[in-house]
Amino acid sequence: MKSFTYERAASPAEAVQALRRTPGARFIAGGTNLLDLMKLEIEAPLHLVDVNGIGLDRIEPTLDGGLRIGALVRNSDLAADPRVRRDYAVLSRALLAGASGQLRNKASTAGNLLQRTRCPYFYDTAQPCNKRQPGSGCGALQGFNRPHAVIGASEACIATHPSDMAVAMRVLDASVETVRPNGTERTIPIADFYRLPGRTPHVDTNLEQGELITAVTLPRPVGGVQAYHKVRDRASYAFALISVATIVQPDGSGRVAVGGIAHMPWRVAAADAALPDGAGAAAARLLAGAQPTAQNAFKLPLVERTLATLLSDARKVAS
Amino acid sequence: MDQNDSVNISRRGFIAATAGTAAAITAPLQATAQAATRVEATAAVNVEVNGKPHRLQLDTRTTLLDALREHLHLTGTKKGCDQGQCGACTVLVNGRRINACLSLAVMHEGDRITTIEGLGTPAKLHPMQQAFIKHDGYQCGYCTPGQICSAVAVLTEIDSGVPSHVSADLSARPLLSNDELRERMSGNICRCGAYPNIIAAITEVAGGKA
Repeated sequence: MKSFTYERAASPAEAVQALRRTPGARFIAGGTNLLDLMKLEIEAPLHLVDVNGIGLDRIEPTLDGGLRIGALVRNSDLAADPRVRRDYAVLSRALLAGASGQLRNKASTAGNLLQRTRCPYFYDTAQPCNKRQPGSGCGALQGFNRPHAVIGASEACIATHPSDMAVAMRVLDASVETVRPNGTERTIPIADFYRLPGRTPHVDTNLEQGELITAVTLPRPVGGVQAYHKVRDRASYAFALISVATIVQPDGSGRVAVGGIAHMPWRVAAADAALPDGAGAAAARLLAGAQPTAQNAFKLPLVERTLATLLSDARKVAS
Repeated sequence: MDQNDSVNISRRGFIAATAGTAAAITAPLQATAQAATRVEATAAVNVEVNGKPHRLQLDTRTTLLDALREHLHLTGTKKGCDQGQCGACTVLVNGRRINACLSLAVMHEGDRITTIEGLGTPAKLHPMQQAFIKHDGYQCGYCTPGQICSAVAVLTEIDSGVPSHVSADLSARPLLSNDELRERMSGNICRCGAYPNIIAAITEVAGGKA
């Protein structure tokens, strides 16, 4: 690990200022992903600003009947919150499908959104990777790409976003609240938070350099039958090959978002609209324009079949 | 990582940051990062480990795991993968289980840490340690301290009604089933494959049928 200096911030304003005044600085919250990358020297900050003491660790109701989740609420606490379990079950389910009990106790809500891809070429510093080192090429395009993206990828990068939680946040229309380096606050809808890789795969999100996530807010509960189904190579503690999050209303209308197939949680308005027509119709719209590789073409039927299972389960619960 | 006995933030060495990884990854910071210097720093942290207060002056890079093993010489906590995949380094921080390898020691100011040495002693074993022996819940034993710390926390989590991936009903009290325990213990790998006996040991401590 490269050496770094370290300070503890006492408030969000202090944290943002500390990052702004120190070259090469990064925030650290749970650290479960950042430290891992620092050990491999994929990340090598010159300075760490520890944000664990700045508050932002509570889940509170919002005025419009939703929930405001502090950036530092741990994944395990968010999954177990009685309001989340009751009104946003898809979020509890997604969180519980991710990582291990130990990691969920440490990983924060904001850090979960910001975790980097698990593409093996990103992790292997002997290999080219445009996300790790812009301009060096992509080892996955012609290499091992079974777990990689089937849609929205580019010639520069076919990595997927690894988060389960973010897929649930996408289907719930969450918003990300931040403080910018200049001290102003803004709210970013989750739909506008992530980026496709394009020619700049090293930039995962639309956050500014030094912008701090303070909370993730959920709109008022939408009810329905909520489910998250993750398909992976092991029964537990593995990243998704694909995952499907659904909210299905008694009349058959609903929402669907998919993980493990793109550089961001994948949701398509036309697919939501087609849900009453069944999994085939919705999956066709979700996956329109998909360009799988020979190794990961299995993901397309897998998405449709997983969605079919969830829609069938929802009908059983409703009847 | 070598020892450092200086006080507060020390500036032992100034190493010009190269145009390597840091600058390349944080592209917007590239210009400033190149101009800045990389400083080897130490920082102080106060922790309570197994009931005893300690003040440590550590290289900021020191993980909680290395602080426990190399600085406090509590070698019961094991280093397996050192990247959060195996669970051998599981300890309890303020009663909650975490991977000590994926946490910086300096991030634990004021924390209460319990390692395997703090759960029980050879003369007075913790019930979970006793049950692992009774049920032969290990072969080589390397993962065992992490398994036991994790298992103790799992029972606390079930007691508090925390659901898991395999809980059929998110709002019901979680069961003490085989499936529940296996899912909750999935962050602790045992390459000898002692899993059935580990589950038997946990089940007995939980008051279920072994």
